[in-house]
Amino acid sequence: MPGKPEEGLMVPEDLKYSKEHEWLRLEGDTATMGITHHAQEEMGDLVFVELPAEGDSLTTGKVIGTVESVKAVSELFAPVDGEVVAVNGALVDHPELVNQDPYGEGWLLRVRVASGGEDLMSAAGYRTWLQDGGAA
Amino acid sequence: MNPETTLRRTSLHAEHVRHGARLVPFAGWEMPVQYRGVMAEHAAVRTAAGLFDVSHMGELEVSGAQAEAFLDEMTPNNVSRLATGQAQYTALLTQAGTFVDDLLIYRLAAGRFLLVVNAANTAGDLAWIRDHVHGDVEVRDLSLEYALLAVQGPRAADILGRFLGKDLQHMGSFRFTMEPMDGATLLISRTGYTGEDGFEIYLPSAMAPSVWQRLLAEGEGDGLVPVGLGARDTLRLEASLPLYGQDIDTTRTPLEAGLSFIVKLKKGDFMGRETLARQKEEGVSHRLTGFTVTGRGIARPGHGVRVAGREVGIVTSGTHSPTLGRAIGMAYLPVAHGEPGTKLMIVIRGNEVEAEVVPLPFYRRPPG
Repeated sequence: MPGKPEEGLMVPEDLKYSKEHEWLRLEGDTATMGITHHAQEEMGDLVFVELPAEGDSLTTGKVIGTVESVKAVSELFAPVDGEVVAVNGALVDHPELVNQDPYGEGWLLRVRVASGGEDLMSAAGYRTWLQDGGAA
Repeated sequence: MNPETTLRRTSLHAEHVRHGARLVPFAGWEMPVQYRGVMAEHAAVRTAAGLFDVSHMGELEVSGAQAEAFLDEMTPNNVSRLATGQAQYTALLTQAGTFVDDLLIYRLAAGRFLLVVNAANTAGDLAWIRDHVHGDVEVRDLSLEYALLAVQGPRAADILGRFLGKDLQHMGSFRFTMEPMDGATLLISRTGYTGEDGFEIYLPSAMAPSVWQRLLAEGEGDGLVPVGLGARDTLRLEASLPLYGQDIDTTRTPLEAGLSFIVKLKKGDFMGRETLARQKEEGVSHRLTGFTVTGRGIARPGHGVRVAGREVGIVTSGTHSPTLGRAIGMAYLPVAHGEPGTKLMIVIRGNEVEAEVVPLPFYRRPPG
């Protein structure tokens, strides 16, 4: 999902970001994850989301699902090692929630974090990285 | 080579930027794929109206005393039956009856025709025609002189009619009219690629930005919005209109593609006729077949189609249908597996997902 950052881009300060345009909200040993405002802008209207199941284990960098817009298919990658503890079931019938509220109602997974995440960027780091072209 | 410096821009480029379009390379052109979003643009065309810039399409003029006879040799539909003021859907075929391109032919005058062809094929079509041309026939490429706008949707006739100060409600499908405007002449035809009622407007490139702006202003209260190539693709697939390079190409014939209505075997000899006559007599082995995905997933071009574990075809077009709210697609399948209701499996990233053959088109506009 390459591209220049668009005007009005939302990059909340309290989140961590991956180079796959995923965000993580760390709360103790669990983390909620989703895709960034920039990512959903690049994809366009989402029409299908495929996520792992509760209890699935995640390995950093491995494909864990897909998000699809009318025209594009994009893979999701595990940003940390851990185990899926919750999945946003509302996205099965309403994938557009990811477009409407990527950091809220459009969350994808909740994960119990075992390890990893050291390479994730801060909001400032992600913003700078996007401005530099997003190193696609 | 920097691809950005080699892409052509239509005369409406500044309008696209102004409307916030996402511009992408398409067939050598930098074209708007979407403005506000594919789903909203698609819905606008189905319920109100959309304005498209399709100036990348190629326009070739074929003229001369033997132009009609020549085009009848080169295409399977009946050019001699085409009156001035009428257009017809047809194809350029190889000797094997397969598609060089699909196109519209407009009869501008007794010995003068306009051929509207796919952007990616314009140069190839021109070469193909020039390789075969003979007698008193002149061929000219007018692609860069013409812009092409499409106004599509149930409100299209009202909006364009008010804009022109002319009643368009009673204009027939595949008919066209020449309308003077600002010292130039616009060719306006009741044609399109969306499955809705609508019109296409051929006009000098320099006039396009002004006409674009005035049409959007005229149709604002009707819900007219600019629509990109993303929604053009979902609209045309719902109407099961084939896309060259995906659903039809030099390996497929009109009979296999479900386009027998453009094949007029009785009109006399034409390029590809022998193969098509044989196919018609013996029946085709494969046919372009529609399906909806009943399981979870979206079929995309290139995905395999299986019946009882055996691969029987490849998806040529597939997407999420905004109107139907489910995934749809087409594939060439053996005729034995083409009956509506036949259970299929689409291989999506290695997993078999259930699908079912359905009759085409997926969407037919409501009458009236």
